[in-house]
Amino acid sequence: MLRYVLRRLLTAIPTMFVIVTISFFLMRVAPGGPFNQEKGLNPVIKANLERVFHLDQPLWRQYLYYLQNLLKGDFGPSYNLPDFTVADLFASGLPVSIQIGSMALGLALIVGIALGIWAALHQNQGTDYAVVALATAGSTIPTFVIAPLFQLAFALSLKWFPVGGWGDGAWVNKVGPILTLMLPQLAIVSRLMRGSMIEALHAHHIRTARALGLSEFSVVLKHALRGALLPIISYAGPAAAALLTGSVIVETIFQIPGIGRYFVEAALNRDYTLVMGTVVVVAIFTVLFNFIVDLLYAAVDPRVRYD
Amino acid sequence: MRHLNLKTLLIGSTMLVMTATGAFAEVVFNRGNSADPESLDPHKTSTVYEANILRDLFMGLMVHDAKANVQPGAAESYTVSPDGKVYTFKMRAGATWSDGSPVTADDFVFSWRRIVDPATAAEYAYMLAPVANAEDITAGKKKPDELGVKAVDASTFEVTLNAPTPYFLEMLTHQATYPVSKANVEKFGADFVKPGNMVSNGAYVLKEFVPNDHIKAVKNDKFYDAANVKIDTVNYIPTEDRSTAMKRLEAGELDSNDDIPTEQLADLKAKFGDQVRIGPYLGTYYYVFKTDKKPWDNVKLRHAISEAIDRDYLAEKVWQNTMIPGYSFVPPGIAGYTSRFTEYAQKSQIDREDEAKKVLAELGYGPDKPLKMEIRYNTSENHKNTAVAIQEQLKPLGIEVTLLNTDTKTHYGMLEQHGDFDIARAGWIADYKDPSNFLDLCKTGAGNNYAVYSNPDYDKLLAEAAASATPEARMAKLSDAEAMGVARDLCVVPLLYYGFHTIVSNKIKGWEDNVMDIHPTRFLSKE
Repeated sequence: MLRYVLRRLLTAIPTMFVIVTISFFLMRVAPGGPFNQEKGLNPVIKANLERVFHLDQPLWRQYLYYLQNLLKGDFGPSYNLPDFTVADLFASGLPVSIQIGSMALGLALIVGIALGIWAALHQNQGTDYAVVALATAGSTIPTFVIAPLFQLAFALSLKWFPVGGWGDGAWVNKVGPILTLMLPQLAIVSRLMRGSMIEALHAHHIRTARALGLSEFSVVLKHALRGALLPIISYAGPAAAALLTGSVIVETIFQIPGIGRYFVEAALNRDYTLVMGTVVVVAIFTVLFNFIVDLLYAAVDPRVRYD
Repeated sequence: MRHLNLKTLLIGSTMLVMTATGAFAEVVFNRGNSADPESLDPHKTSTVYEANILRDLFMGLMVHDAKANVQPGAAESYTVSPDGKVYTFKMRAGATWSDGSPVTADDFVFSWRRIVDPATAAEYAYMLAPVANAEDITAGKKKPDELGVKAVDASTFEVTLNAPTPYFLEMLTHQATYPVSKANVEKFGADFVKPGNMVSNGAYVLKEFVPNDHIKAVKNDKFYDAANVKIDTVNYIPTEDRSTAMKRLEAGELDSNDDIPTEQLADLKAKFGDQVRIGPYLGTYYYVFKTDKKPWDNVKLRHAISEAIDRDYLAEKVWQNTMIPGYSFVPPGIAGYTSRFTEYAQKSQIDREDEAKKVLAELGYGPDKPLKMEIRYNTSENHKNTAVAIQEQLKPLGIEVTLLNTDTKTHYGMLEQHGDFDIARAGWIADYKDPSNFLDLCKTGAGNNYAVYSNPDYDKLLAEAAASATPEARMAKLSDAEAMGVARDLCVVPLLYYGFHTIVSNKIKGWEDNVMDIHPTRFLSKE
């Protein structure tokens, strides 16, 4: 097991290297640069800026320079927000995104799994249809519709929550973003859970368990759930990587300071170092959660062994 | 932000508490600003979002009052030499930085050398271009200490210009010319911009900066006019999503916002009444032909197309009257200057269309030889709608218009490299109230001369204007230049004048609409 963990961590290094390299060069294919703007700069000033940020160097040298700094843990300065380094921006925004994302995913998993089991046990009955309808609605109504509706109903009419803002992380400010992010996930999780639970309940070992006279509680939660959780686990890994790194729509509409917006803003602004920062962060999260998923698989499914 | 939590928790009751406790309550102004500043270092900024904040934190030699008129700021008085080239500023007696140390002529010498220094790579270094040697220093040809500035003594700052520059005082209100404290910058280096480090000489001091959340500034007790500053705390809140901003304003979470979703204008006016403010703003929305490419080198053809564009429709239908039809590059509203319009400005659209058709026929365009033109614009719903409207307007003339949309960086990258295009969208908002700020864009070789327009006579008029003996003579020359370069030669195709469109709560008093859309917090109060 330990050897497996080590091997996985070691293979992550070349993976990261390839991702960084491809992203670095791909980004430079896009026309325009960080200093092109509506009010164009005079060539002398633009040259000064490019020199200060080493953009006047040949691309390969910039690449080596970036790699060298990255190995030292230095993500560089942001071109468009020079008061901050890329690391500063993540230090300030990532905790916000992680809080919102993990709460949304956690709630979606708990409620979604419960709803899915419930629906599976009442297959083709009223409750089942209700859950399926909820899941369909949840996954088809986009977040940019849910978020303004939430603001209108709960902030402007009922005045339970603020319209937007982070408010230093007050819980009232988090409700809207969390619910908005959670709904589509809840829909997917409950549908996945319903499907896999129905399948699990038809498995041979469940029939055996029932034949042995085990209680329904024990059959469902001890024996069927284990196998039925596998699709949820494989879904939750990438979902966690995506949710914990923020959502540009939710952050923009609720005006909360996460990192999701940087994925779009940095690319549009050609803020090369910030783009690279977002790539590295997402890559780390993705590699990490895929790894966790594999470990969980081994824990849940006795057939999976890493030796 | 703590007050915001409180307010959001208690919503209405907080408002009651605030009014009940009257004079003892902290007066907080939550000011929506479309974007976060790029930087709070006055020498590293370029957009109006920074200007809105820095205007509260710092004070230049000259400042804008509530109506955007120029008045003495860090300098309490000044004298100009008879030849108009040497300005001597007397520092305001008793004016200090927020740490209590005096603002000296040395701070200005240090600051101005800093902004022109190529190592600072200041985007707005050109704001000091009129100062002797400034441009050579920025280009690396001279040393920063050769800049034409001198601290005669601690309270006397002397500036030597290349030539008389009538708008020099106006330029001194721009954030690029603000002083930074020499001691402060030397102590913290680039980190002097961080809350806790920064000292400033304006009405407010920086307290907090959480990117994408808020910037908090509190009243500077050391400010010379602190007795008249009525708002204790300003929170600048980035409001990228304009619809959310309107809801936050309705909920009382914001007191003003510098932008509104113009497509909802009718609804907003119905809901907010005169809290929605719209008026002329010193900027021009224009298209530019690539004048060194056939057939756009033909000025008659350029005029025919310009003439056929129905600007009234654009202003009214596309922009919901938040923009004004424009026929000159320099928008009206600069005292002493007469904008020069294209000759069809007053004609009816039907006549203009007929004339345009005639010209096209003369030039040999017709059903068997249709004119093809591609409009390039940068991503924005309104830019797209404008381009689509123009496409439709030109269709009856037999012009086959195609549209090409790219993101902002690609668009301006292409224009700057003088890439291949037919006609492209651009815009210019004045940095200071002077026609030259617009007209310089058509000068041969100017960085933003996307048309690649080059006319020695036009350049000569600008040079003559700069050398004029009186401001009146100068304005007349500039006006002649606009008549030649814009009205006659269409180095740009003016379409619309920008309008400001802001929303300001009735609780905020002292907000004076003006063409620069400048509203220093020190002149505002809140009920």
